[in-house]
Amino acid sequence: MIPAVSIVDVVKTFGSLRALDGLSLDIQQGEFFGLLGPNGAGKTTLISALAGLARLDSGCIRVLGHDVVRDFRQARRLLGVVPQELVFDPFFSVRETLRIQSGYFGIRRNDDWIDEILHHLDLTSKADANMRRLSGGMKRRVLVAQALVHKPPVIVLDEPTAGVDVELRQGLWQFVRRLNGEGHTIILTTHYLEEAEALCNRIALMKQGQLLALDSTVNLMAAHPGASLEEVFLRTMQR
Amino acid sequence: MIGFWTLFYKEVLRFWKVAFQTVAAPVLTAMLYLMIFGHVLEDHVRVHGIGYTSFLIPGLVMMQVLQNAFANSSSSLIQAKITGSIVFVLLPPLPYSSFFIAYVLAAMLRGIMVGVGVLLVTVWFVDLQVVAPGWVLLFAVLSGALFGALGMIAGIWVEKFDQLAAFQNFLIMPLTMLSGVFYSIYTLPTFWQRLSHYNPVFYMIDGFRYGFFGVSDVSPVHSLAVVASCFALTSLLTLALLKRGWKLRT
Ligand SMILES: Nc1ncnc2c1ncn2[C@@H]1O[C@H](COP(=O)(O)OP(=O)(O)OP(=O)(O)O)[C@@H](O)[C@H]1O
Ligand SMILES: [Mg+2]
Repeated sequence: MIPAVSIVDVVKTFGSLRALDGLSLDIQQGEFFGLLGPNGAGKTTLISALAGLARLDSGCIRVLGHDVVRDFRQARRLLGVVPQELVFDPFFSVRETLRIQSGYFGIRRNDDWIDEILHHLDLTSKADANMRRLSGGMKRRVLVAQALVHKPPVIVLDEPTAGVDVELRQGLWQFVRRLNGEGHTIILTTHYLEEAEALCNRIALMKQGQLLALDSTVNLMAAHPGASLEEVFLRTMQR
Repeated sequence: MIGFWTLFYKEVLRFWKVAFQTVAAPVLTAMLYLMIFGHVLEDHVRVHGIGYTSFLIPGLVMMQVLQNAFANSSSSLIQAKITGSIVFVLLPPLPYSSFFIAYVLAAMLRGIMVGVGVLLVTVWFVDLQVVAPGWVLLFAVLSGALFGALGMIAGIWVEKFDQLAAFQNFLIMPLTMLSGVFYSIYTLPTFWQRLSHYNPVFYMIDGFRYGFFGVSDVSPVHSLAVVASCFALTSLLTLALLKRGWKLRT
């Protein structure tokens, strides 16, 4: 089976800073994969390169076998990305935003699926509200919804729960778990390590653009008996 | 194709939702120019044997087409860049060509809507003839598209609104003002006349005016050739920049 995402020797520099420093990594189809690391580790940079928002200095990334540069249209169709930054287009309502996003992916009548996403993200009552009038957490949920309009087989969530309240976090994870159960590959970054521990079947720990550890959550935990993922994380970072 | 139409629709909706600012306001500005200059100069100036107010109208219309086409694509892009919402069009599998055509068409549409608005209002003031509507339409479409594409380049290039304002004040305004909107370039001293021939906007306005009056400073075919070449070059440049992801993808 081809990997959902295949990352080979990627290097990305910003001036003298090596944000991605020769990192290689395969993520299999159907995984719930955690990409963890301290601020500035290069997680968002890696996701940007995967999504075609950033260009690599060298190395390559494939989504289900499609190179994200040479075969960008196919790769992007297979990918749904929730960006870390809380961005929105102030001109439109929630439903307009989602219809437009569907259109960009070539989908015309998508309201059944849009309604379903809105329901699971508890946004139904805000469907016709302008984006400007939403709270921060609600805007974040719309970002999640936007990433899902085209039912992408690979879903990337860059800190989707930052600023989202407890109840909704539970709701969101239930929804994402269901998507994972239906076969969608999930790639997640978060600084809430209990979340990662509970959700992810495999975890990569990265720092300064390099991979420090890559193993199943079970194995990572077993290597440090009695420790929580947070402790494992801290020990790995200090090495 | 759906991707392209959606982007075009979004770009049109973006200005149409604030049409008071983006369409009505420029029409009013043009009216003020017309009333003031027309009133002051009507009895003193005739160009090519045409009354000054009549002469002025096509120039003003074209000036608004150009400025609004430019403003539309440039402000849309820079706004999206500053707010970060540009990712919504960078993440989907939209081909560069769709991206380009959608922005340019929407910009041209706004330019032409303002232009038509100015014309409709001026009909109350002056009995305007249109000798060759084909030329009028052709020059409006091509010039609007050209400035829409220039607006794309500017919007991709600059990082802040004040840089965009500089672009507008130091390039777009002088080019349009010094192009014969308010005069025939043959009333200028030789040096300025020669210089005007290097200003593409001069050909846009001259060709456009030919469509109304059937007279112009240079032949409309010559003007068309200049404008079409400029459009082709600008389009190629814009497409190349989009393909490289210049300033859009880090
Ligand atoms: N556009 C840019 N220009 C210059 N440096 C950048 C740029 N984007 C990221 N960097 C740098 O690259 C490094 C990795 O940043 P990145 O955003 O990938 O980190 P991260 O792992 O996502 O961190 P966080 O957990 O804070 O989101 C950082 O040192 C950052 O300052
Ligand atoms: Mg990040």
